[in-house]
Amino acid sequence: MADFMELVKWDGLLLATRETIYMTAISVLATFILGLLLGLLLFLTSKGNIWENRGVNIITAGFVNIFRSIPFIILIVLLIPFTKILVGTMLGANAALPALIIGAAPFYARMVEIALREIDKGVIEASQSMGATHGHIIFKVLIPESLPALISGITVTTISLVGFTAMAGVIGAGGLGHFAYLEGFQRNRPMVTLVATIAILILVFIIQFIGDYFTKKTDKR
Amino acid sequence: MISIKNVRKIFSTKQGLLKAVDEVNLDIKEGEIFGVIGYSGAGKSTLIRMLNGLELPTDGTVNVAGREISKIKGAELRKARQEISMIFQHFNLLWSRTVSENIAFPLEIAGVSAPERKKRVEELIKLVGLEGRGDAYPSQLSGGQKQRVGIARALANNPKVLLCDEATSALDPQTTDSILDLLVDINKKFGLTIVLITHEMHVIRKICHRVAVMESGRIVELGPVLDVFKNPQQPITKRFVQQVTEPEKTKETAEHLLERYPHGKVIQLSFLGEATEQPLITRVIRDFDVVVNILQGNISHTQNGSYGTLFIHLDGQANEIQKAIEFIHSQQVGVEVISNG
Repeated sequence: MADFMELVKWDGLLLATRETIYMTAISVLATFILGLLLGLLLFLTSKGNIWENRGVNIITAGFVNIFRSIPFIILIVLLIPFTKILVGTMLGANAALPALIIGAAPFYARMVEIALREIDKGVIEASQSMGATHGHIIFKVLIPESLPALISGITVTTISLVGFTAMAGVIGAGGLGHFAYLEGFQRNRPMVTLVATIAILILVFIIQFIGDYFTKKTDKR
Repeated sequence: MISIKNVRKIFSTKQGLLKAVDEVNLDIKEGEIFGVIGYSGAGKSTLIRMLNGLELPTDGTVNVAGREISKIKGAELRKARQEISMIFQHFNLLWSRTVSENIAFPLEIAGVSAPERKKRVEELIKLVGLEGRGDAYPSQLSGGQKQRVGIARALANNPKVLLCDEATSALDPQTTDSILDLLVDINKKFGLTIVLITHEMHVIRKICHRVAVMESGRIVELGPVLDVFKNPQQPITKRFVQQVTEPEKTKETAEHLLERYPHGKVIQLSFLGEATEQPLITRVIRDFDVVVNILQGNISHTQNGSYGTLFIHLDGQANEIQKAIEFIHSQQVGVEVISNG
């Protein structure tokens, strides 16, 4: 046990956990906003909806599909020039953010679209029959009525993002992935890798628990 | 209040052009409860949706409460829609909102201040008989209660016209009656013009003043409900009237009876208004040498009077039966011999 305590650099683990939480938190926030916008656009411009527009719909869907299909590890590499312009460096937690957001937002956008499609068309029509504006329909009908699905969607996306941060860590972004790879794998200390894994697991469980709680709380069906 | 002129609506489908509404002309008076009846696919749903601009006519004009709904757009149409409310077959409530919040929704849209919204919501909850349920969510309500919320929501902005899109079709008969009573109440209390579409003649009979019968996009018959009941012209109208006046069992009973009593005649009598209150059968039995057997009777109350049907079996000498029938005829009661023994 004493060996174990010595083998792991606890302050290093703490720092790595903090970096992972930082990267996840910022990218989740941005993914939520960007994904919601893209998802709304996908839904509203589709056939039979209030902004029906085939052109915009096809372009948005194309963008979403392309970025959702690129494996994350390749996306990071592809985005290196873009990241350099944006952040000024390609090392550290901030440098991982553009790739994390661009990788996760399209994924979440599809979930938003599916959540919105679940809403009964009759409810939208009822709002129109009351004289609702498009703003009313989006903010008073679409978002509140799909809230449980939006929350469970962002929970799943957050958990994927924790995985993405680990991958980003390997190529220099820091965090638990970086810690497990550098301190554990490369120095042949499986115990460190195990501890980093457990830290990630705990993080994921907490995220799932919080997500489930709010999904349940908002679901009045 | 509502005037529909030469309205046509053509949908282009994969199978070609579909005439959903074909050359319809209608005038609906203020304070009237007007019913449109038809089977599904007759175009009645498209017709009612043109009254609040959810559907636009291909040709013709639709005027409601002084506005040409078929022409206005944007803010003007939204303003008009606050005066033309609608209730739906599947209620279409927001499940994420409580009863009170659902009723407040159209008030939020109209920009009513929060304290005024609260006051108005309380009035409406009382009006539709949902006291104490204000904080419940739609998922905790029965179908009838959900429709009451729908009605309260529709009345929130003091509309001039209420459109009912198969509003009772998802409800059981008893709940249907209570919702219909509520609609009549509202019509009398506020002088609200109500347009409803349905496939149930029972609904028309119970609350409508006038009725239009729709078939394949056209209005094939139109008139006061009692007239249509008394004297249906089109085969489709006759079928609808039979829904209410002639339960299926009658035929079976008549056949069964004719087997047992091979003599005499089975006759259908139709009464209207005051005639329903005359002691007709007593006089037939007293004055003629016939045996009367009552098979089935039914009185329907409509908004403009009562209408009754009675199936009887007459037995006796052929000439006595004939005289009895002539007598009944002279009493301004409709007589139809439906089977000869």
